[in-house]
Amino acid sequence: MLEHDVLVIGAGLAGMRAAIAAQAGGANTAIISKVHPVRSHSNAAQGGINAALTDRGDDWEEHAYDTIKGSDFLGDQDAIEIMCQAAGDSLIDLEHMGVTFNRDDEGKLGTRAFGGQRRARTFFVGDFTGQAMLHVMFEQLVKSGIRSYEEWFVTSLIQDGEQVAGVLALEIRTGQLHAIRAKTVIFCTGGCGRLFEPSTNALIVTGDGMGLAYNAGARLMDMEMVQYHPTTLAGSGVLISEAARGEGAFLRDRNGDRFMEKYAPNMMELASRDVVSRAEQTEIDAGNGVDGCLFLDCTHLGEALILEKLSQIREIGIDLAGADMIKEPIPIRPGMHYIMGGIKTDIDGLTNVPGIYAAGECANVSVHGGNRLGANSLLDTIVFGERSGNHAASASRDMDFIEFNEDEAVRKEEARIQAMLDRPDNGDRWGSIRQALGDTMNKNIAVYRNQAGMEETLRLIPELKARYAQVPVHNKGRVFNTDLVFALELGYMLDCGEAIAVSALERKESRGAQARTDFPTRDDENWLKHITVTRGEEGPELGYLPVTITKWTPEERKY
Amino acid sequence: MDVKVNIRRYDPDAGAPASFWQEFSLAVPETATVLDALIQIREEMDGTLSLRCSCRSAICGSCAMRVNGHAVLACKTRASESLNSEGVVTVEPAGNMPVVKDLVVDFDTFWDKIRAVEPYLQPQGPEPEGEYIASNESMLHLSSVTACIMCGACVSDCTVLEVDPTFLGPAALAKAYRFTADPRDGDAAGVSQRRLEQLSLPSGMWDCTRCNECVQVCPKGVAPMDRIMALREQAISLGLGDNNGARHAEAFTESVAHSGRLDELRLPVKTVGMFNLPALFSFLPVGLRAMTHGKLPPLVHKSVENVQSVRRLFSKVSQPPK
Repeated sequence: MLEHDVLVIGAGLAGMRAAIAAQAGGANTAIISKVHPVRSHSNAAQGGINAALTDRGDDWEEHAYDTIKGSDFLGDQDAIEIMCQAAGDSLIDLEHMGVTFNRDDEGKLGTRAFGGQRRARTFFVGDFTGQAMLHVMFEQLVKSGIRSYEEWFVTSLIQDGEQVAGVLALEIRTGQLHAIRAKTVIFCTGGCGRLFEPSTNALIVTGDGMGLAYNAGARLMDMEMVQYHPTTLAGSGVLISEAARGEGAFLRDRNGDRFMEKYAPNMMELASRDVVSRAEQTEIDAGNGVDGCLFLDCTHLGEALILEKLSQIREIGIDLAGADMIKEPIPIRPGMHYIMGGIKTDIDGLTNVPGIYAAGECANVSVHGGNRLGANSLLDTIVFGERSGNHAASASRDMDFIEFNEDEAVRKEEARIQAMLDRPDNGDRWGSIRQALGDTMNKNIAVYRNQAGMEETLRLIPELKARYAQVPVHNKGRVFNTDLVFALELGYMLDCGEAIAVSALERKESRGAQARTDFPTRDDENWLKHITVTRGEEGPELGYLPVTITKWTPEERKY
Repeated sequence: MDVKVNIRRYDPDAGAPASFWQEFSLAVPETATVLDALIQIREEMDGTLSLRCSCRSAICGSCAMRVNGHAVLACKTRASESLNSEGVVTVEPAGNMPVVKDLVVDFDTFWDKIRAVEPYLQPQGPEPEGEYIASNESMLHLSSVTACIMCGACVSDCTVLEVDPTFLGPAALAKAYRFTADPRDGDAAGVSQRRLEQLSLPSGMWDCTRCNECVQVCPKGVAPMDRIMALREQAISLGLGDNNGARHAEAFTESVAHSGRLDELRLPVKTVGMFNLPALFSFLPVGLRAMTHGKLPPLVHKSVENVQSVRRLFSKVSQPPK
């Protein structure tokens, strides 16, 4: 049987960083991903990666404070301290690996300004920093010789009691199921953005790891904290980087006014994302937009700067909205972008389930709390990917493989999947269930939320789950059956959607990305705490965990 | 907007026929991309259609395929701009790679070739404590190559790979250039001697025929062929001239510089080497065929009229830039 001390699930930045660390730590390591590593969604991070470099006169504590304030004081400060202290070394490591960061006039790494931070500490490669980093991390994966199961989709975890024993995975190209024994697994499967419609997220971002871990007994935490990005393109909803505003772009309403003056007079367009998205939504609701959109104006930045630093988003605007940002403002609106919540881990990536680790967007350490700062997500993947890889490698040294009957495990999973393929065609389609889920999430768990809306979503999800249990899979073949993969993914999306909705309904205050019209203020007395969701007999069960505060006491948040 | 999407399909589970065409008629928004149309087909009309796609914004590289005969990213291609006069857009899998199912092709050899160029930075000296100091221009230049998303569009439409599957191909060679041009790779002066030696071997940089297809189809402006030409310049400047490709380039230049036109008779001789008898004998059948078809170049090579001005041009471009 295939056998690894550490099996990393997901091959984006967190996954590859974790695998490289685990292998360096002496563990027999493999990485498994439903897409080839360079197709992962880390690609889509455009603007950059934050780090406070002391030789630029910056200080990690300032970065930590900005992050904590950005999180609306819901982030755990011990984890934030670790991330911000490690940032400098992680950044230099990336540069040594070969990332082609833009430079300043002295040939040193150059920075740009980013939202919610008082100092320019975002290091970048044009406006495709994530892609540049992802491909370099893949180069390091190639160099390491780590075994990589590409286009293999994990369908189930195998557990002995709670302890992880391995996984079952579908080799998409052949349709064959395989069992892989593992002492530890690290989920680096990314977020669950596609359960919102529209979303900036890639079509593969379907909450697989969150769903698998949740079903294996892991705690999800802060799931109500869903980030709406202030600048997503009209129509397609794809991302237009915060780098545009970092380089000086303005947000304007239908009259050409910079409306952020009313909401964040100091930071203006570079306030935290939750603040800017709320301002935009308020303006749109007040009728100050055009066709539900406002405008991102880059025209004063000049052609040269745009071509050097924002070339990719310019292309996107031309290709998908027919608007050239060199010549005209482009129509944008807030759109679902990132989930701060995820699988609750400690500072080494370990979850409450023995043998299960998580890192990156699927995890919640928690460094982002109620609202993630732009350019902290790439940093999160690198720092906590590496830590979880290190820890899993050293933990697996003292662990034995757990025996299980490979044939039986594969046969049972075959039967489960065959039953899905054998369902009669009742006229329903997974695409229509996903659309209904996406619509209700985007309507009711959006920038602004209220009890009635969230209850409506929570009434709908069980209906969608019932439809899902009967939904036919039209492709009955074995080879590259994406129809089957999408059907399996939808199960995870429904679980994640439910966890998000119950958490959002539970939090009776407004904090970070959670803005309730029926509870419009922050309530530290009752809600300065994390909400957790675990799978119970009757459905999701809620719990609470304290927020770790080291030295920054919560204060009023103004930009 | 009504569109007809004509898709070349293939299902190995079904056995024969090898592939078949299927046309779907559907209504899509005016701004829809070809990918939007394919997703709509997959989700609403025919769940058995397989394709790779993910980001919808030209960054993940999953959805390279041939639209109307040329490789594109389906997510970067407007449906409205791809229709013929009958309102049909034709979609086929990418070329030069075996088809797995429908629009999904097997990338194994693609990645083998990427791996063959040792695609990771290899500095020879010790790493600095902080970052490497490098000019912004040098990094911007590299970033224009690292903007490659490995979609395979260039490989799909490479005319050399069509006849010689051993050719490293445009994607792998552009990737290699990304290292040879990196001031951090190789020796202290940033010279990647060993890489350039490897890349000068058969199936490497000298096998490109400069047809420009890869430059045309690259959705990210990477211009792989230009990078291959830059590799050749690097190799020649290192004196790596002991191969057919470099000799061919030199003989070509020499001939044109001297007479203003190509001496087609002497070019192959100079390329393989005057004393390389086996190679010279191998030209005999071609030579004989050319002779019987009246295509043999003149035995006496004449200069063009006004050859002086050609020579002046050459001396002008060989002066170092001011």
